[in-house]
Amino acid sequence: MQTLIQIERDGKPAIPTASIGFHEKLGGVALRAQTIDTLQVNVGKLCNQACKHCHVDASPKRTEIMQREVVDACLEVLRSGGITTLDLTGGAPEMIPDFRYFVTEAVKSNVKVIVRHNITVMFEDGQADLPEFFAANHVEVVSSLPYFVAAKTDAQRGTGVFDKSVEGLKRLNAVGYGIDETLRLNLVYNPVGAFLPPEQSAIEADFKRELLQRYGIVFNNLYAITNMPIARYLDWLRRTNNEEAYMRKLVSAFNPAAVDGLMCRSLISVDWRGNLYDCDFNQMLELKVESAETIFDLNLESLKTRAIVTADHCYGCTAGSGSSCGGTVV
Amino acid sequence: MHYYNEDDLGRFGDIAKHKPELFEKFLAWYQACQEEGALSKREKALIGLAVAVTVQCPYCIDAYTNSCLENGSNMEQMTEAMHLASAIRGGASLIHGIQSHNAHDKVSM
Repeated sequence: MQTLIQIERDGKPAIPTASIGFHEKLGGVALRAQTIDTLQVNVGKLCNQACKHCHVDASPKRTEIMQREVVDACLEVLRSGGITTLDLTGGAPEMIPDFRYFVTEAVKSNVKVIVRHNITVMFEDGQADLPEFFAANHVEVVSSLPYFVAAKTDAQRGTGVFDKSVEGLKRLNAVGYGIDETLRLNLVYNPVGAFLPPEQSAIEADFKRELLQRYGIVFNNLYAITNMPIARYLDWLRRTNNEEAYMRKLVSAFNPAAVDGLMCRSLISVDWRGNLYDCDFNQMLELKVESAETIFDLNLESLKTRAIVTADHCYGCTAGSGSSCGGTVV
Repeated sequence: MHYYNEDDLGRFGDIAKHKPELFEKFLAWYQACQEEGALSKREKALIGLAVAVTVQCPYCIDAYTNSCLENGSNMEQMTEAMHLASAIRGGASLIHGIQSHNAHDKVSM
């Protein structure tokens, strides 16, 4: 069902505007990549959940998923060297038919494989052995858990998600995740509302204490991520009359020190069709890399120093301690 | 016309207009109080919220509610802090009842 905001978008992704443009805030200087060590692949919009803040607009009803031809092109890039990390995201990446093929083949290229795993997908048909599959391939698991209180997590991710997440985290712990040094389990905090995340080490300490005391769950690190004002989260900001105040908050919290560590400066993002972007957020806004290359014809060397396409949503990554797929950057 | 306008919170700096040196001193003191010290930022935000509710300042309640959330507190914790401050305020009224007792006792047989 279309929301009012989707109708307003007229088929094009909406980009928020700030009182001071992001490019102007950078002094009019183009933001440039510094290297490319990570291939971040968004395998599609299909997901077993439909979270209120999802920047992908993912849901069980979406049909856009990556086909084998694009998976093979990504694997070819990994085999050619230079990339050290494959970061798989979605949707729920596990739901595409070629997910396990992608992971097992990528591991052969000696790259670190990260899967952004929503935990509850392991309760879907045919996915029960995901913890064992992850462990066998030494996949680094990164999972969203916006808060250690059920009501908050369910308010953002759907009714019953918290209880399933707790059960799933216990299963991951049971195969050694968060315990064995080689099986990394990192959680992601993001605000359940229109406010900025807390200082990462402080909220990580809260999560570690509460999850251990309440459920006996352990994990490695907590990434505190700022909600990006695009897609479904922007819809929510607009519906609740929070957009202007949230953008003001992001602009006033702009931290120049966060610019150096922005994830767009060290990764390249691929969509389910093979198009390239500077980050997963630009991907959702259909802002392709300037050269318009694809995974089929990319030139890794020239992309390493490319000018990055920016717009005012980029304030979401430079507020406070900064925000990236690996948490704060300052 | 409202006596309280939400946008006025963002105009706090206008107070400096007629006496900048005093506002600068206030601001330096206020900001130093927010820094992490023997108390964490989260503890300070909860104290701030409790005081804000007690002094019934709508600007402070708005600001410190957000500050609590942005320091990782949840509504259960914030509500406990607000109850404690309100209970102290209620107790502070009630303890003055002893003065009434004293006044009564003084004039009564």
